[in-house]
Amino acid sequence: MSDTHLGGAVATSAPPSSADEGLDPAALAAKYGLSVSGARPGLFEYVRDLWSRRHFILAFSSAKLTAQYSQAKLGQVWQVATPLLNALVYYLIFGLILGAGKGLSKDVYIPFLVTGIFVFTFTQNSVMAGVRAISGNLGLVRALHFPRATLPISFSLQQLQQLLFSMIVLVAVAISFGSYPSLRWLLLVPALLLQFVFNIGLALIMARMGAKTPDLAQLMPFVMRTWMYASGVMFSISAMLADKPAWIADVLMYNPAAVYMDLIRYSLIEGYGAENLPSHVWMTALAWALVFGIGGFVYFWKAEERYGRG
Amino acid sequence: MADTNRDRVPTVICDDVHIVYRVHTGGGGKGSATAALSRIVGRGKAEVSRGVRKVHAVRGVTFTAYRGEAIGLIGTNGSGKSTLLRAIAGLLPTESGKVYTDGQPSLLGVNAALMNDLTGERNVILGGLAMGMSREEVRSRYEDIVDFSGINEKGDFISLPMRTYSSGMGARLRFAIAAAKNHDVLLIDEALATGDRKFQIRSEERIRELRKEAGTVFLVSHSNKSIRDTCDRVLWLEKGQLLMDGPTDEVLKAYERETAR
Repeated sequence: MSDTHLGGAVATSAPPSSADEGLDPAALAAKYGLSVSGARPGLFEYVRDLWSRRHFILAFSSAKLTAQYSQAKLGQVWQVATPLLNALVYYLIFGLILGAGKGLSKDVYIPFLVTGIFVFTFTQNSVMAGVRAISGNLGLVRALHFPRATLPISFSLQQLQQLLFSMIVLVAVAISFGSYPSLRWLLLVPALLLQFVFNIGLALIMARMGAKTPDLAQLMPFVMRTWMYASGVMFSISAMLADKPAWIADVLMYNPAAVYMDLIRYSLIEGYGAENLPSHVWMTALAWALVFGIGGFVYFWKAEERYGRG
Repeated sequence: MADTNRDRVPTVICDDVHIVYRVHTGGGGKGSATAALSRIVGRGKAEVSRGVRKVHAVRGVTFTAYRGEAIGLIGTNGSGKSTLLRAIAGLLPTESGKVYTDGQPSLLGVNAALMNDLTGERNVILGGLAMGMSREEVRSRYEDIVDFSGINEKGDFISLPMRTYSSGMGARLRFAIAAAKNHDVLLIDEALATGDRKFQIRSEERIRELRKEAGTVFLVSHSNKSIRDTCDRVLWLEKGQLLMDGPTDEVLKAYERETAR
């Protein structure tokens, strides 16, 4: 292409006559302690930046949550009504029509199914929000300076808040099918916490991949649905796969989604005892959380300075 | 070392900055589905393939800005002014060359963090936090922001969702939030033309205040008048290249001569 210079205008910059004159830009920058704009900070500095933004993360996630239903007439009632309707649909199809409750009594199966759906939805929505965390918020990324990990973490937090609303439904379902509050319910806290860390890690990974390839947003629903059906959301893996080779059931039961689902079911449902859990289940849950939490964070941070390029 | 040049402390140095946008054209035109697939799978050569267009928005800009300067950026539409501003703010990565800055320059552009479905009240808080203010800072400035925006002059609008505001009211609140923070290096992108006359005067006043507090101010504007009123140095960009860099009067005269033709 040819650059047509306009009207012979000449640069008339008047450099300062001083000791700085002979310096090239890099040396001048070094002399006055200027730093490269938009460079990636070190990992520890990044964590510190992120911590100083914790109030923004909180405010942003609850703002998103509120904005979600602000146009609906029933408003925030949908926070609870949406998961309830979801549970009803799945119960109608898998519980009544397909009879997927093989190996479980009705008092166990219904809370089993509802827990599975809510807990898996938590991970599923975190992944979907993660894919769009950067690619769907380019305006924000290009306008303001903040650690980009703020976005995926904020969206995961929004999903946690959403899950806590679903828990109201879940507790009601558990009680109406004969599982009353007990000390075991306290296990919900560590189980949810570990799943939350796992989800953040996964969301961070998806956010970096989604920032480079926005097409993932089209692909992920299929991946997530496959994952859902393979994790025993609406059936007991050990009962359904009793006549298949044992390693298939093992692989399915140790996948993170199944591990967290089973832990939360075990904490909540009286008739769902420890015999349904694979061995070393808490260690597995911790390992998944640490591997994805730390790995995802570092993976996301590595591309920090590249987010927002068109 | 005895430094004799007392006032000339550089705050922003651009060293041969190039910025390239990569635009996905959605595989349309000649890009077939298989080409799109190889683009996703392949590396390296992928960028040359059809479907991804490169837009070379800024081509080799070099300049040094000093403390206390107010610098105007002029040029026709699409000349790379806003892009350069974003690169200075560290929001767009450079293709080659470097931008050195003193502290973290901030772009006066909080709009993107605000949500139309939320009340003005929550948006003030959200916007403040998004700009990196602490919770206490936001709380202490809340009244000032609302007063400055003048949103509540016609009734209690701050507790209504922002989508119910008129476009002028929305713009006023956004400017009020954005201008609430003090910055080392402040970048303003056409923010002066919002609201009614009364609000314009108030915001020009605020910009002057910010200039006093900030080390260096960059202003992108198509209004030669507001450049003349606020800036003492002007950079003229055309097709991503720095055409002229000098005192406001000199550059504006040349620019006006050029655009009048």
